[in-house]
Amino acid sequence: MQFDQILQYALSGFSTGAIYALIGIGFSIIYNATGIINFAQGEFVMLGGLLTLTCLDLLQLPLWAAIPCAVAVSTVAGLLFERLAIRPLRQPTPINLVIITIGGSILIRGLAMLLWGKDTHAIPAFSGDDPIAIGGATILPQHLWILAITVVIIAINKFYFYHTISGKAMRACSYNRRAAGLVGIDVRRMVLFSFMISSAMGAVAGIIVAPLTMTAYDVGVMLGLKGFCAAIIGGMSSGIATVVGGLLLGVLESLGAGLISSGYKDAIAFIILLLILFIRPQGLFGKADSERV
Amino acid sequence: MKRELLKFLAFTVFVLLLPLYFQGGYLMNVLVFVGINTMLAIALNLLLGYAGQISLGHAGFFGLGAYLSGILTATYGWNPWLAMPTAAIVVGGLAGLIGFPILKLKGHYLAMATLGLGIIIYIVFNETVDLTGGPSGLSGIPNLAVAGVTFDSDVKNYYLIWGFTLAVILFSLNLANSRVGRALRAVHDSEVAARVVGVNARILKVQIFALSALLSSLAGSLYAHTMTFISPASFGFNFSVELLTMVVIGGLGSVYGSFLGAALLTLLPEFLRAAHDYDIIIYGALLMLMVMFMPGGLVRGIPDLFRKVFKKGGGDSHA
Amino acid sequence: MNIRILSFLFAALALLFSTNVFAAAPIKIGALFAVTGPAAFLGEPERNTAKMVVDEINKAGGVKGRKLELISYDTAGDATKAVQLATKLIKDDKVVAIIGPSTTGETMAVIPVVEKEQVPLISCSAGSKITDPVKKWVFKTAQNDSLAVGRIFDYLQKRKQTNVALLTVSDGFGASGREQLKAQASKYGIKIVSDDTYGPKDTDMTAQLTKIRGSQAQAIICWGTNPGPAVIAKNARQLGIKTPLFMSHGVSSKKFIELAGDAAEGIKLPSGKVLVADQLPNSDQQKKSLLSFVKDYQNHYKAEGDHFGGHAWDAVMLIKGAIEKGADSAQSIRDGLEKTRGFAGIGGTFNYSAQDHAGLGKDAFVLVEVKKRDWVVVK
Repeated sequence: MQFDQILQYALSGFSTGAIYALIGIGFSIIYNATGIINFAQGEFVMLGGLLTLTCLDLLQLPLWAAIPCAVAVSTVAGLLFERLAIRPLRQPTPINLVIITIGGSILIRGLAMLLWGKDTHAIPAFSGDDPIAIGGATILPQHLWILAITVVIIAINKFYFYHTISGKAMRACSYNRRAAGLVGIDVRRMVLFSFMISSAMGAVAGIIVAPLTMTAYDVGVMLGLKGFCAAIIGGMSSGIATVVGGLLLGVLESLGAGLISSGYKDAIAFIILLLILFIRPQGLFGKADSERV
Repeated sequence: MKRELLKFLAFTVFVLLLPLYFQGGYLMNVLVFVGINTMLAIALNLLLGYAGQISLGHAGFFGLGAYLSGILTATYGWNPWLAMPTAAIVVGGLAGLIGFPILKLKGHYLAMATLGLGIIIYIVFNETVDLTGGPSGLSGIPNLAVAGVTFDSDVKNYYLIWGFTLAVILFSLNLANSRVGRALRAVHDSEVAARVVGVNARILKVQIFALSALLSSLAGSLYAHTMTFISPASFGFNFSVELLTMVVIGGLGSVYGSFLGAALLTLLPEFLRAAHDYDIIIYGALLMLMVMFMPGGLVRGIPDLFRKVFKKGGGDSHA
Repeated sequence: MNIRILSFLFAALALLFSTNVFAAAPIKIGALFAVTGPAAFLGEPERNTAKMVVDEINKAGGVKGRKLELISYDTAGDATKAVQLATKLIKDDKVVAIIGPSTTGETMAVIPVVEKEQVPLISCSAGSKITDPVKKWVFKTAQNDSLAVGRIFDYLQKRKQTNVALLTVSDGFGASGREQLKAQASKYGIKIVSDDTYGPKDTDMTAQLTKIRGSQAQAIICWGTNPGPAVIAKNARQLGIKTPLFMSHGVSSKKFIELAGDAAEGIKLPSGKVLVADQLPNSDQQKKSLLSFVKDYQNHYKAEGDHFGGHAWDAVMLIKGAIEKGADSAQSIRDGLEKTRGFAGIGGTFNYSAQDHAGLGKDAFVLVEVKKRDWVVVK
């Protein structure tokens, strides 16, 4: 019995953690290309879920068509956000950028509230609700979808960043923007790309999780926060480290809720994260770097 | 220095006379909160604007002050005047302890650690139901009283809160212009360089973190004794972000900027109320526009604006 | 300054004349609802209902020839804002009574203000400490949580199911429910074998449910508002939990069934009668009020009226009742409210007195069950 329980906690933690990871990678991609911590990242998660709903209900699209449609619209939203909010900024200091993304997230959430109302909405599961038994634990088909899609997206990411010209250019930007500019990389276009990619990923995360958790105009706040944490545990990497960060956070929460105290589960997760940071101030996977004077 | 003093005196007179204009109407109540938020924004600004260290958890220190004060007075019957400094010292001390490991972190790691700290504190407020009353809140906190006068009306509270706020402003102005202030700015610009010229950056950062927490706690205590009721919802992550916004919108590293930021963000919802459901959208859009067109904050943006308008006007008359 | 005074005098004169010629000045009623923010599920139907009822009353010619004017503000569920806005209603708008706020926390924050300014407050939130002990100026229309808890425990006691697991949301609503569940358990001979909570924005509660599955619980009682309980219903189905699941009145609307889908089947919960108005016997005192509320709400908003809206309906009607008996000032409305007897509203039949400002009996709740995607009264 005890083992079954632990297995269930781990499985539940993994599926929530995968979502945190996807959102976290979105954070990292933008951070690496621009140095911005995009507090509006969670809102794209919300947009993904709610746009799918609109495609399903209003446009009467089948699910397989509704999803790409929702992702496409969210990507356009990300593009607009970069063009209208980030690019015109005259003094793009990190702190100003943080405030502008906070403003952006409030704005997007407000618009969503007007468009979709304050109610929570349900979205059908991709392939039924019949539980699947694994050992003594059970998961839903949707959990498999989440894990599978997360893996696929990470693979695509890896391919993009290491095997395509624009991916390599974006990595160059993350190492040194000025140098990247000097060798002929259009840095501003890379920034735009990074916003589009991460809004698309946020939307995907929002869509695959919506059948389990339902969706509403304000789901982005909490998920965004958790994704942010996943990214930081992963040292703002846009690869496997952030995935580990997300999974770690998810499993810690789940184990904390099951074994210690459900009320304190978030606190437990954060205390462990703080301890990790205290021992390794440069992040879980980071190397200590020296500061330029 | 003399100009600073004159500026402060002018500001004090402005604050003291403001109630005459409002004649005890409802806006008096909002102005009380402008005072509390100004204190909080200044506290955070000391850390962010002067020492260059971000915090996304200041609502936690604010809440700790409020709850310690509230519990000591409402549950244990302490005198509020004793509870307030006790709370401030305890919170300042706690922040000093936690400051050592936390301020070793930099940039987004520091943001995340302070965010986590704020969330942990918030959860403790929610979960220790026997002590804090949990999510339903803690009521029956007494008003402050001095020599038989109880601070129980908006006008009385206005002068009480603003008395404290003015003191904090004066203190911060002094601090900014002192040796410590200069050392802080050195740490802000480059920690390594500051260390080279003999500033103990680490201790200094911890001290300013503790001071910032102490001032936030004081604001929290005042909040508790003015409201006479507190609940965890007022001290969540959102409020930490709002404080950060006040500081940046007002102007980093400027005491009066913090006042402008706090005043704007506290009063804005009052003016936007007429817009009903659209208020949140306008609020978000305004934040964005403000950063776009006044990147240095209100404290630098407003004079710029005046100058531009004035210049333009002058040019027209010449033409 | 002189011009201001002059214009003010003119305005005052104009007002005086117009009121003399046409009708008495409207009676101003304030309202504080959490229309946005986490408690919007309460505040929105409450504000809609209050507006609707006041409009209907005015369309029918007002109360004793005087129109009602509703001044409604959004508190966003924030206690600080609620206090500020209560002050605004009293000082700037000069209302004679206030309806709301929507949540217990906000109400507790506002109480010192109304007690000091001596304006009656009819709260739409459920916490029993609002009217216990009785406060001179404070009334409430929402049923105490203890009544809802009593309904569930009654049912369990009859079936000799004594081991219960709790799963409550960690906000004001859940905390109040948890407190009542724990306080009343021993009275019904019920043992709480597991006591867990979840966050209002949590997306997965399988960990808590797995733990509960490992306990000896014969029933699970979940106290929360959408969407949490719907997630819990789905999670319980995923884990194959067969233990009967009880919810609170926090999810007693069609919305819950829509969200939880098939996982909602068989779930029982205590609910205000509005949910099953058409299933009530004609002898039920409340039936007339309930049906007219449901019909009006459908006409106005093309949506289902729920019992949260009902709290506001009751509050407006109670004030109307007091005004009909001749009250028009804060003091007289308060006194009038306290004399209310046998008013059959949406939340139940109200009997206020100097000792009781909550005014409802145990019959305010019925136990309902989800069957074939609809609510059915459990006999």
